[in-house]
Amino acid sequence: MSNITVEDVQKIALLSRLKLTEAEVEMFRGQLGDIIDYIEKLSEVDITGVEPFINAASEGNVFRNDVLRDEAGNISNEQATQNAPQKGDGFFKVPATIATN
Amino acid sequence: MKVYELGAVEIREKVVAGELKVREIVDQLLERIAEYDTEVGAFVTVDTEAARLRADELDALVAMGETTGKLLGVPVAIKDNICVQDGLTTCGSKMLGNFKPPYSARVVQRLLAEGAVIIGKTNLDEFAMGSSTENSALQQTRNPRNTGCVPGGSSGGSAAAVAAGFVPVALGSDTGGSIRQPASYCGVVGMKPTYGAVSRYGLVAFGSSLDQIGPFARNVEDAALVLEVISGPDAQDSTAATEKLKLSGNYPGDLQGMKIGLPTEYFDTEGLSSQVKEAVLAGTERLRKAGAELVEIHLPLIKYAVGTYYIIATAEASSNLSRFDGVHYGHRCEQPTDIIDMYSRSREEGFGAEVKRRIMLGNYVLSAGYYDAYYLRALKVRRKIADDFSRAFAEVDLIASPVAPTTAFKFGEKTADPLAMYLSDIYTISANLAGIPGISVPCGVDAEGLPVGLQLLTDNFKDDLLFKASAVLANVGIGVAF
Repeated sequence: MSNITVEDVQKIALLSRLKLTEAEVEMFRGQLGDIIDYIEKLSEVDITGVEPFINAASEGNVFRNDVLRDEAGNISNEQATQNAPQKGDGFFKVPATIATN
Repeated sequence: MKVYELGAVEIREKVVAGELKVREIVDQLLERIAEYDTEVGAFVTVDTEAARLRADELDALVAMGETTGKLLGVPVAIKDNICVQDGLTTCGSKMLGNFKPPYSARVVQRLLAEGAVIIGKTNLDEFAMGSSTENSALQQTRNPRNTGCVPGGSSGGSAAAVAAGFVPVALGSDTGGSIRQPASYCGVVGMKPTYGAVSRYGLVAFGSSLDQIGPFARNVEDAALVLEVISGPDAQDSTAATEKLKLSGNYPGDLQGMKIGLPTEYFDTEGLSSQVKEAVLAGTERLRKAGAELVEIHLPLIKYAVGTYYIIATAEASSNLSRFDGVHYGHRCEQPTDIIDMYSRSREEGFGAEVKRRIMLGNYVLSAGYYDAYYLRALKVRRKIADDFSRAFAEVDLIASPVAPTTAFKFGEKTADPLAMYLSDIYTISANLAGIPGISVPCGVDAEGLPVGLQLLTDNFKDDLLFKASAVLANVGIGVAF
């Protein structure tokens, strides 16, 4: 039985940028514990000398020049910001990231 | 004429021959949706006006002799995690409740270029995370074969829409079985193409190394036709294959010379219902009678597939879903005190429990001290699972198995136990890990009349073999519900 503590859940929630309720912390503690116990099964597999499988696409990496292409360029500023919860002057607006006194 | 019973190939033929107006097809299906979708709940958006307008445009083109579209006049439903420009694309989430993408997915562009009519967007588990569509924040979708049961998931709305005769074909996405499992539960054909065969441009990302868009249909030819239209290289998706799939489109059902492997590990699984096993074995017997040779094979690593998948898929999801931060689009909380508070509360309010669970698990397996033990180890086990399949396909052309251990289950049956829900994907998940294509074809029903699907898998880019073999089964498939 893996030992997932309340502190572990709170730490992962912080990393995940999720402000969980106390009830959620308790629920996830149990459920994540069960799932992690299950995935521990992978430790039985001998992986000596095995290369990690990074990408199912067999053709390797695709490179291109870092230039604006027609299709991406066709999206206007107005379209790009059309779903913004808050915007102004063509920018996305967010709360201040540095405190002002 | 009952338009709702027609397949895509038949509809196109009738439109080209001038026997049916596109407007007539669209009107009849919209009427059927209005009558039965209150019961099924397949669609989250039906754009009646846009569909009628599009139908009239296509009829005008037909009148001028423009009849080349491969899907001319064919109504299509689109899973709501695939972008259609300026229409709602919710991903079944409160997070994207009002999101209207500024561009259409490549697959949508390709459908429209061939004369298809988009009827609407279909329900799904939130961000495609789930196996029953119960995780949608918007509505419940019920299985048209038995409305007391789930339609499967995550593409439950698309599977249900095809089974109910709302559309002849639909698109879904499959990260761990999200096309094949609902196809099996709803008694339709559902296919996950080879990874890279179809562009993911405009598909809201869940697990980028696993996600693939594919078709739902009521027969094999229709599924192949849709795949033929949507597949192909795409400069906007660097993981898209550089060559288009070769599909014959004609499947007479002769399997002479074909070798089909039955993995011992897939039929001796704990939890496999005896009725499912029986129906699937009866299906393989039909494949044998059509000329295929059945052989027993082994996939020793398969018991690690679910664990490997839930490490890799959640790791990728935790990264992909970090973009939902209340800044560029999606839900933002009221009165944030600072930027961290804005991120954390917007995400807390916008995401449902399953999405949070997967983001948390993903960040756990990627976090300092656990990366090597979980994530890196899972990538190596993934290699060994893919090697298992490569070895098998050196011996056989196809692998046959159940799609899911049971038929469609009742609402609420598995929601309290996430791990039990994950284990319902035990047969489908390994194809996404290996990147190989797979299909679910109806092969029978259980004692309650619920459909059973048979899964066929094959080697990368041999997708056409799946259609060739499954045509033998789908010709005796289940018709339209209601």
